Amino acid sequence: MQQPAASSPAPVDFEVEPEHYRHWKVAYEGPVARVTMEVDPEGGLREGYELKLNSYDLGVDIELADIVRRMRFEHPEVRVAVLRSGIDRVFCAGANINMLGQSSHAWKVNFCKFTNETRCELEDAAGSSQQAYIAACNGTTAGGGYELALACEEIYLQDDGNSAVSLPEVPLLGVLPGTGGLTRLVDKRKVRRDRADVFSTTAEGIRGNKAKQWGLVDDVFPRSRFDEKIAERAQAMAERMAAQVGKGSRVGVRLPRLTPEVEGRNRSYRHVTLTVDDQSRTASLTIAGPTADDVAILRKGGDAAHAAGAELWALRAYRELDDALLHLRVNNPTVGLVLVRTTGDAQTVLDHDAALVAARDHWFVREVLLHMGRVLRRMDNTSRSFFALGDAGTAFAGNLLELALASDRFYLLDDPDHVVHVGLSDLNEGALPMAHGPTRLQTHLYGEPDKLDGLVGNRALLEPEDADEAGLVTVRLDEIDWEDDVRIAIEERVSLSPDALTGMEQNLRFAGPETPESKIYARLSAWQNWIFIRPNATGPEGALTLYGRPERPSFDWQRV
Amino acid sequence: MSSVDLNSKIPNNVGLADDPKLQRALEKWLPNYLEWWHDMGPTDFEDKPVFLRTAISVERGGWANYDYVKMPDYRWGIFLAPNEGEPTIKCGDDAGTPAWLDVPGEHRNALRRIIVTQADTEPASVEQQRLLGHIAPSLYDLRNLFQVNVEEGRHLWAMVYLLHKYFGRDGRDEADELLQRRSGDADKPRILGAFNQPCDHWLSFFAFTMFTDRDGKYQLAALAESGFDPLARSTQFMLTEEAHHLFVGDTGIQRIIKRSAELQALDPNGDVRAQGGIDFELIQRTINYWYTYSLDLFGGEISSNASSFFASGLKGRFHEHRFEDHRAIEGEYRLPVVEGGKLVEKDVALRNAMNEVLRDAYVADCERVIARWNKTLETAGSPTRLSLPSRRFHRHQGIYAGHAFDPQGNLISAEEYEANRSRWLLVPEDNEYLLSIMKPCYEPGKFANWIAPPTKGIEGRPVEFEYVKLHD
Repeated sequence: MQQPAASSPAPVDFEVEPEHYRHWKVAYEGPVARVTMEVDPEGGLREGYELKLNSYDLGVDIELADIVRRMRFEHPEVRVAVLRSGIDRVFCAGANINMLGQSSHAWKVNFCKFTNETRCELEDAAGSSQQAYIAACNGTTAGGGYELALACEEIYLQDDGNSAVSLPEVPLLGVLPGTGGLTRLVDKRKVRRDRADVFSTTAEGIRGNKAKQWGLVDDVFPRSRFDEKIAERAQAMAERMAAQVGKGSRVGVRLPRLTPEVEGRNRSYRHVTLTVDDQSRTASLTIAGPTADDVAILRKGGDAAHAAGAELWALRAYRELDDALLHLRVNNPTVGLVLVRTTGDAQTVLDHDAALVAARDHWFVREVLLHMGRVLRRMDNTSRSFFALGDAGTAFAGNLLELALASDRFYLLDDPDHVVHVGLSDLNEGALPMAHGPTRLQTHLYGEPDKLDGLVGNRALLEPEDADEAGLVTVRLDEIDWEDDVRIAIEERVSLSPDALTGMEQNLRFAGPETPESKIYARLSAWQNWIFIRPNATGPEGALTLYGRPERPSFDWQRV
Repeated sequence: MSSVDLNSKIPNNVGLADDPKLQRALEKWLPNYLEWWHDMGPTDFEDKPVFLRTAISVERGGWANYDYVKMPDYRWGIFLAPNEGEPTIKCGDDAGTPAWLDVPGEHRNALRRIIVTQADTEPASVEQQRLLGHIAPSLYDLRNLFQVNVEEGRHLWAMVYLLHKYFGRDGRDEADELLQRRSGDADKPRILGAFNQPCDHWLSFFAFTMFTDRDGKYQLAALAESGFDPLARSTQFMLTEEAHHLFVGDTGIQRIIKRSAELQALDPNGDVRAQGGIDFELIQRTINYWYTYSLDLFGGEISSNASSFFASGLKGRFHEHRFEDHRAIEGEYRLPVVEGGKLVEKDVALRNAMNEVLRDAYVADCERVIARWNKTLETAGSPTRLSLPSRRFHRHQGIYAGHAFDPQGNLISAEEYEANRSRWLLVPEDNEYLLSIMKPCYEPGKFANWIAPPTKGIEGRPVEFEYVKLHD
């Protein structure tokens, strides 16, 4: 059986443009966008499965992620996006089971992580960008299909005696609805846990008024009036969203392809380079900070930033970083440790951030900040070790300091001949929160509130010793020790069990409270990933393995 | 209605008199059923005595008691075919082990779905046929229509009994919903496609009973192999009645063919329509239309549901006892699939092809009837021959849906399909023509011009017997 493993020869391309969508159609009509899912069964990213009944794979989801992102940047006039299916009586059947069945564990995990990130991005659009998604479930809404609906602000189901919402993963496949389904059921929609239990174990799902009574959907409409009712709801939602938006027209900003130079596994973007060393199982990820010119643009205000559009450093560099992280995850599975560097001038980064924050009343600048936040959260959720290396020429300040705080360790050179400065900007203090709520700085100093208080509001550049004193640095090394100590730390790190490291890092990175979003990754995904490797799901007699095959699954009844 | 009334009104062999829970459920459901019958059944003939067959027991001959009955007074009974020996699971992983006398929790949802889907077809066909009485070609045919209607009603009862008896509150809810869906309704359609197609005239009625009820026969036969014993015994009994429905359709079209051949010979130009009859092209289009919609009812050619139903012992093959290997865990089934714009042969696991295996039995059965019809044509001296289209043609379910095929089963372009549609399938003008020639013929022994009389009457009565008393 073919294994579309992450090491599969054709690397996955995460960049796509609307004119090349295979599975979605988007129509824009003023404040309302119509997003229609019509998956091409023959359009799977890998061989060996057909995407029937609007089931999806990574390729389908890459297009959805692109739609959600472009909606925010290219179509800021949109207040409500109606998500529906182009196939009669089928909304979406969820992730393609045959695809999951034939995939390697790593592929499944990366697929689920990406789809979760896409749904979080879609869900967040209502509150952050006043772009609300409405799920118009004009047919069977099963599994990942219902989870997609759950990520929307409102869910409407066609009441035709047949169309049901369902989460059949447990009873049918022996796995979880792992794209936020269980979490959003009880945490977001506040469905009673006993009912959620019944619902999640009933393969055929629940339809009609009962679905409404249980809070699984917001309303049900008869087939003949479905379109009309959805249009009404979309109108009402558009008005509600518009009331939260300032006056004035918004002109979208096009997001062109990034077109990096690609050489083997290495990718060179304008501001970001990703260099992979297969031998040592490490990669170098380097981000070039903003220049004085970039600061000058921002200082002219939001309109100038808007005019710079996709070329604005803060947007361009973070789009590049995002793409690099995705390539790292999916196309470079054996890289265990990423060495993060940020080059440039620390004071310029702080100036840049101050100018960016000053212009944040402009919708575009706000979108840029939201995007930076999402990219950093993608980094938090990446199951690789990150070491930030603050050697000569680096500038871990402001937004770039977030990369050090997102890393598992921060090594800082203390060399009087090449002073490496560290510094804070407003962006370290609230604009770029982690998935579980607090800032990276708060999380980093969770147990040292005094140190946190000492840092907050401080906009001065810190010399290495001060940075160390302030609690920002893991290991401060002088120029004599640097090379050896860093080398040894790297070699030690890549010798450890990759599984244990993933688990360890994910537990250490998120000190403090939880949010529904962080629960999806920390609780739901973690359990799902465990279930994915259990024989009851993926063993030779597991339910996922045998789905669609003639044999019936047989379980090991021992509760673990 | 008291429980005593209920027991006398409902002939049964399921111990209704001693089952207060079932009585309570039926007491509530029965008035709704009668209301549904009044709203959606052959309402305009409610007060007319019809020479009907009623099943009153499972004893030999008990299923066929003939008398004049007004349809709302028909005694819809609940019967399970008696078991011979200890029942066993007939197929799947547990073949040979004792059958389930109660619903196993593991299979509860799947069984409920199977039963609801089957049950939904029964009232649907009554709804589809509710106005046909007004254009009946004879009293004999009118009676047959009503016999089919009341028995579809009884089959609904049989399924509702299972839902009430074995599926608790969910089952009662489902039983209620069976009376709420409506054939062809945009908002509350019946579950399966063919049962939402209009059936406005008698050619469609005969085609429906010939092809669509024949699907019913095969579905019932597959469920008669179920490891859930009450379902198996219930459907076994239904099969005895279903045979009559197929007879109505099979002989109905056969009589039209016979008459059309006569009219063809009669007309100087061999023009059947000029003589007010139904031409063979139109008959062929009707076959193409209803046969293919009925093929859809078997479900997907490659189906994990079919596999799981078989593996779990919920649904077997037609005449499962004639097979040697009841597990069917090994073995493959070869069928043509569309890949990259071409038809290629593909092997799929036998269990996943169980819908197709059942469809094979159905197709073979239909072929036998077509051969008989062609025999009729041959005897009448007509050069025309009728045929079944390919099972890939005009499909809305399964692997061929979404692709265009001609009636021979060749993959063609969507444009070619559209260009030939009116030659291959029923079009609105066909309906107009058929409705123009279908005028009621209510005189005993008389038949409409477009259909030949049957060779014999019902239960030894002559053809000219007054099968429905339209006048006091």
